[in-house]
Amino acid sequence: MLKITRRTLLATALAGACFVPQAHAETTLNALFMAQAAYSESDVREMTERFTEANPDIKVNLEFVPYEGLHDKTVLAQGSGGGYDIVLFDVIWPAEYATNGVLVDVSDRITGAMKDEVLPGAWTTVQYQDKYYGMPWILDTKYLFYNKEMLEKAGIANPPTTWDELAEQAKILKEKGIVEHPIAWSWAQAEAAICDYTTLVSAYDGAFLDAEGKPAFQSGGGLSALEYMANSYESGLTNPNSKEFLEEDVRNVFQNGEAAFALNWTYMYNLANSSEDSKVAGKVGVVAAPGIEGKSEVSAVNGSMGLGIPATSENVDEAWKYIVYMTSQDVQDKYAKGSLPIWASSYEDEAVTSGQEELIAAAGKGLAAMYPRPTTPRYQELSAALQQAIQETLLGQSSAEDALQSAVENSGL
Amino acid sequence: MSGTRLTMRAWLMMLPLLVVMTAIVGWPLLDTLRLSFTDARLVGTGGDWVGLDNYARMLSSSRFLDTLSTTTIFAVVSVTLEMVLGVLTALLLNQAFYGRTLLRALLILPWALPTVVNATLWRLIYNPQYGALNALVTQLGLTTDYQSWLGQPASALTALIIADAWKNFPLVALIALAALQMVPREITSASLVDGAGPFSRFRHVTLPYLVGPLMVALVLRTIEAFKVFDIIWVMTRGGPANSTRTLSILVYQEAFSFQRAGSGASLALIIALLVTVLAGVYTMLIRKAAGSSS
Amino acid sequence: MEHRSLPFTLFIYATALLLAAVILAPLFWLMIMSVSPATQLTAKPLQWWPETFDWSRYQFLLSTVENSAGAAFVASLFNSLKVATMATLVALAVSVPAAWAVSRTPAVGWSLSMVILTYMLPPVALSVPLFMGLAKLQLLNSVFGLALVYLSILAPFTTWLLKSGFDGIPRELEAAAMMDGANLFQTLRIITLPLATPVIATSALFAFLLAWDEFFYALLFTSDLRAKTLTVAIADLAGGRVSDYGLIATAGVLAALPPVLIGALLQRALISGLTSGGVKG
Repeated sequence: MLKITRRTLLATALAGACFVPQAHAETTLNALFMAQAAYSESDVREMTERFTEANPDIKVNLEFVPYEGLHDKTVLAQGSGGGYDIVLFDVIWPAEYATNGVLVDVSDRITGAMKDEVLPGAWTTVQYQDKYYGMPWILDTKYLFYNKEMLEKAGIANPPTTWDELAEQAKILKEKGIVEHPIAWSWAQAEAAICDYTTLVSAYDGAFLDAEGKPAFQSGGGLSALEYMANSYESGLTNPNSKEFLEEDVRNVFQNGEAAFALNWTYMYNLANSSEDSKVAGKVGVVAAPGIEGKSEVSAVNGSMGLGIPATSENVDEAWKYIVYMTSQDVQDKYAKGSLPIWASSYEDEAVTSGQEELIAAAGKGLAAMYPRPTTPRYQELSAALQQAIQETLLGQSSAEDALQSAVENSGL
Repeated sequence: MSGTRLTMRAWLMMLPLLVVMTAIVGWPLLDTLRLSFTDARLVGTGGDWVGLDNYARMLSSSRFLDTLSTTTIFAVVSVTLEMVLGVLTALLLNQAFYGRTLLRALLILPWALPTVVNATLWRLIYNPQYGALNALVTQLGLTTDYQSWLGQPASALTALIIADAWKNFPLVALIALAALQMVPREITSASLVDGAGPFSRFRHVTLPYLVGPLMVALVLRTIEAFKVFDIIWVMTRGGPANSTRTLSILVYQEAFSFQRAGSGASLALIIALLVTVLAGVYTMLIRKAAGSSS
Repeated sequence: MEHRSLPFTLFIYATALLLAAVILAPLFWLMIMSVSPATQLTAKPLQWWPETFDWSRYQFLLSTVENSAGAAFVASLFNSLKVATMATLVALAVSVPAAWAVSRTPAVGWSLSMVILTYMLPPVALSVPLFMGLAKLQLLNSVFGLALVYLSILAPFTTWLLKSGFDGIPRELEAAAMMDGANLFQTLRIITLPLATPVIATSALFAFLLAWDEFFYALLFTSDLRAKTLTVAIADLAGGRVSDYGLIATAGVLAALPPVLIGALLQRALISGLTSGGVKG
């Protein structure tokens, strides 16, 4: 009985196979992106539509989650055969993903031409121990945005070039009553706070880990960075709600004209400076985040992201095709208002630079100074411990020194 | 039909349910128990026997103790608030007044609102920069500065408790109201004739009818409050400075964000044990209360 | 009615009004946010009533254009509907016979108590093995897998409700039918089930609402529009990455509509269901 059934099934399957060999075998790809920041959701949908128009045999389903869900979703989908074919990943995850075999090693697929033409800094986003786990897609760092009108009103000619100068200017703005809380940051208990902190660590020439891979952030530059944050918070120069803010909250406050300075990613420039919703359109200035006298000229965090292929994908070739398209120079140049291209020659293209010369200038300095968050397979734990330390210090629950010391103990390193 | 055959038939009819529960609850529970003695990771390799290490590490870690106390505070305060508001509401609705039926119908709305929507709604209300609560208290002249409700440890937990109580007190109210309506009119009237004041009437006449049903509500709500995840996940994700991190959030972090399935499993079982003990104590109290009130 | 003093009557009405306000204000505000222009929601001082009603967000979220944000939202709505319906139907299918058996044969009652005790387990205590098990069965990110897991939440609950319903149906009716020569299935079909229809319907409603509300398992076991449910979609929107608060509110209104409508229209049945268990213990 069983035999007959099996034979019948086989016959049916064969017959079916004979009838449809000519038809396009349609492949459906499932891609995981984050909602907001850098390319907007509608940008990604538009790009994808172009791709599927050019490749009618491939269908792409898009999934958008908040940044906070990106890591867990990727890891959790590992167990499922019907998981993702393309995932967006942050620069901090390749170590963990590579160690646990989450992403496909695509070193062989990257051509020499790609290697030559993409900015070297972008490649660090997708590398771990000399192997490539995807293509860089979003080349990003935190910039210092400022409200030109407010600075002018306060009689400040130039935006700050050092963090101390930022505090001084903020003080003037506050004392003159131009804005109640001049600076807005994203210090919620989330990765966003680590990005702001890292920017300051780079300014103070600090280090997260020492040569042996042991924590080193509890003293030197790492400590000074947190103390700067705490001072800025206590002095009232920083919007006290910053400890609840993510990047979009910072943008809302800044473009609502309630902050003179804000630390945020590339994407805010064009949204705040030219969108209808913005009350500060045309008044937005941007520079590389400042430095510390005697230690640095500018400061920056590597906040880049890449596109990779999960090891469970059954459509690696099609997924790579999609990634190559999404990271291609044409596509990136076209959407350069949301995120700056990874391609070196794009920065000489007027179509890319026009209307955002200021941003490009800031990028020239900022991208060159990008400082990495630590590379460790246990980054998530380290980050959680640091987030807690930052918040405890801001809330006055413990001194910066003690908080960082307990972060060392909780870091899992 | 003989008793044995009847029982056999009953077991047969129970079978689908028991199979389902064994497969989806029984087996995972046993497997969690096994995992809790290993250093298994969520994906990839691992899974060596480590004995009681996970338990020892968890029970002695400050993370666990802090989280346990946060969870306890959340559960005790929010359930107390819900019980008090619920009983007061039921007493009100037990009075005759125009619009009573409508008001009782309104009670079902917060209860029917999905938990995640409720959390989202309150998160918007508490927004530090543009939220309705800040606008309200400022426009009423109660404060001049906008507050960061979900950004300060003390107010964040309070804000969560209020959001939780708003959704759940109607359930207590409806249960209490149904119990109140079972109090025979004659008894109330008789005690009125006896000249009992409103408080002594509540204490001696009404309360005995309420105790049983309220105890059931209390157990259900306490168990749920101890397991709380959704509302915190959506509103604060455990922040600021982990001051609203509850046990379930901690397990999620351990097992899924950090991928330490083994130690996450041990923590989950500790919670299960705590809830079981709690429910056991309550059940004893209910039995006692039922014994004394009848 | 007993006599009431005027101040007491006034007090009753005042508290009734306060209660109505406490219940309604947040809900109204959710609806107002969903139709207020975005700039008005970030205005200071905050305006409590929209100058113009902006319905565009509803259009946006309910759009069916392929691969749009709206289509993703609609897909999650349908996923919620599918999962909740499937889980409810299967839960009833296993709990009707079980509840009847416990009601008529108390000797097996202890097994139902065991089943109900599982309610005390936090979902996190089962999540890791369930995750691994579903992965092996290729049921992650699938509405079927999710419905299967929900079954373990719904079935104990419906069995418990149904049992108290069956308890209220006199055994004598069943016995009489049996005497007339009907077998067990005929008896159940002709006598018991018709009489139990109201309680079965109530149980189904509760089960549906429970499944619609579930978040934790859906968060873990679904990853995209093939299975992602509405609660997860809303949590994603509320995750702090959407700058238009009105859009979040709109999603909330849409997700709340089905259960709130069920609650409002069928409140009598729901309240009797809610309280019968509680009052009888």
